[in-house]
Amino acid sequence: METTVAQIQVIPLQYYIIFCSALFSIGVIGVLAKRNALVIFMSVELMLNSANLLLAAFSAYRNDPAGQIFVFFIMVVAAAEVAIGLALLVVVYRSTKTIDINALNRLKW
Amino acid sequence: MYAIITISIVAIIVLFLGAIQKKTPLLPIIFVGLPVAFIINLLGWNQSIHYYNEMYIADNFSIAFNAVLIFTTLLVFIFAPVYYKPVKRPLEDIYALILFALIGALTMTGFGNILMLFVGIETMSLSLYILAGSKKFDPNSNEAAMKYFLTGSFASGFLLFGIALIYGACGSMNLETIKEFVVAHHNNIPAMLNIGLLLVAIGMTFKIGAAPFHFWAPDVYEGSPTLITTFMATVGKVAAIAAFFRLMSSSFSDMESSWVVTLTIFAIATILIGNLSAFYQDNVKRMFAYSGIAHAGYMLIAIIALKQQAAGVLLLYSISYTIATITAFAVLILVREETGTFSINAFKGLAKHNPTEAFAMTIAMLSLAGIPPLVGFAAKYNLFIAAIEQGHLPLVIVAIVGSMISVYYYIRPVVAMYFNLPSATSAIDSSSNYKKQIFLAAFLMIVLGLIPGVIINLI
Repeated sequence: METTVAQIQVIPLQYYIIFCSALFSIGVIGVLAKRNALVIFMSVELMLNSANLLLAAFSAYRNDPAGQIFVFFIMVVAAAEVAIGLALLVVVYRSTKTIDINALNRLKW
Repeated sequence: MYAIITISIVAIIVLFLGAIQKKTPLLPIIFVGLPVAFIINLLGWNQSIHYYNEMYIADNFSIAFNAVLIFTTLLVFIFAPVYYKPVKRPLEDIYALILFALIGALTMTGFGNILMLFVGIETMSLSLYILAGSKKFDPNSNEAAMKYFLTGSFASGFLLFGIALIYGACGSMNLETIKEFVVAHHNNIPAMLNIGLLLVAIGMTFKIGAAPFHFWAPDVYEGSPTLITTFMATVGKVAAIAAFFRLMSSSFSDMESSWVVTLTIFAIATILIGNLSAFYQDNVKRMFAYSGIAHAGYMLIAIIALKQQAAGVLLLYSISYTIATITAFAVLILVREETGTFSINAFKGLAKHNPTEAFAMTIAMLSLAGIPPLVGFAAKYNLFIAAIEQGHLPLVIVAIVGSMISVYYYIRPVVAMYFNLPSATSAIDSSSNYKKQIFLAAFLMIVLGLIPGVIINLI
């Protein structure tokens, strides 16, 4: 454990913050720009994982395990979310025969 | 805490009974289990117990809101047999998911650590995603579920990244420790904390359904099965707003300068967008979605005007919104059963055949619009007074203008019911269950409107 923490601390904390912010921004842009539901799921995962990495980095720098525990919770929730998302995708595909979210246009004013 | 455990056990029993094809005992078990949980919840009054290293705090705030949430869920379950009459299968999955969503909502009102906030929000949201799509072969329901899922998980991403930044700045996810950090660094709040708080606020406004992140709400509310929409519009919204209030008041009340302006803009936009869009809706279900957005804006005022008694005002407002919305949806479900449409024309001449339902709908609409002496007026009045005392006069003026606009669209169904000739439909037969619920709700709306102080001074 000590060596892992030491290895994490070789890289300055700012680098982690900048890297995670970049990952998060890529995820946000992916969700907003892409029309394919699967790619949107992947972008959401990228957002969640950037938060995971940031929490792990903070946790190592502060020698406080709470952040790493949180990462486990996020992983569990992300897995559940993907299971539900793919199930919904299958249901939508059955009725529209496409996974393009522009096909979801039945409800509007 | 023990209320959450009770409801979890009830939900698992329901799921198990469904798996072995027992249909009849499902609802009786829920009707016993939820009142028991309600009483267990109230037993902790005035004790303020902290569970599991401050993960969950059962103080009066959370107990009062939990009571509202459990009671609302009970009312939703009262319509379930009527709404699902044509369905022949046991429906254990839907009942259990509603209960699981309720568990998430109860966790959200009493969290003492941001970890629990996240777990509660996700427990509630994941259940609601499935429930929104529970009409499996209806394309509208599928679409609503997909849209809800995509926007909801996107919002969770924002919430999580914000939590990570707050953790990085404060070194803890415990609300008390964060508050200590904020007080200690009163003059130089790190930029990381400000950005994190902004991201968390964005995530929470998504869940509340407040502008500028409200766009999912009308589509999702319209496409979901009506019973689920009722649950979403009441329990989902109240739990999210209570969680947001708790987060802001217990941790960030000492750095108001960095978030009050943002939230004020959100609230003004929410009130205007909600009320002005509801103006044009012909579909009553969609109109309620926009009305829910507008009410989320009013409830944001309570967060902006944070003071100790604002919690009581928020509680009163939540109760008034919940009871009125649930009554209106009950009548809407009845009308939909008979006419097959959610259009406002379906209400024409309802008063002639069904005076009880028409009266209940009228009371609910007037309460939502804020006409005295109903509880909606008392709630709005106290909320606006609290905000003016804190010096948020422009916000209150916008809120009052929004309220005046809202009278128009709330009166439209009432006019259709009383002053238009009935369409070809005959009287709608309503089972006795419905009548009891409607009377109870109308009674509560009038009585609470006369004695609002009791609720406000409760917490």
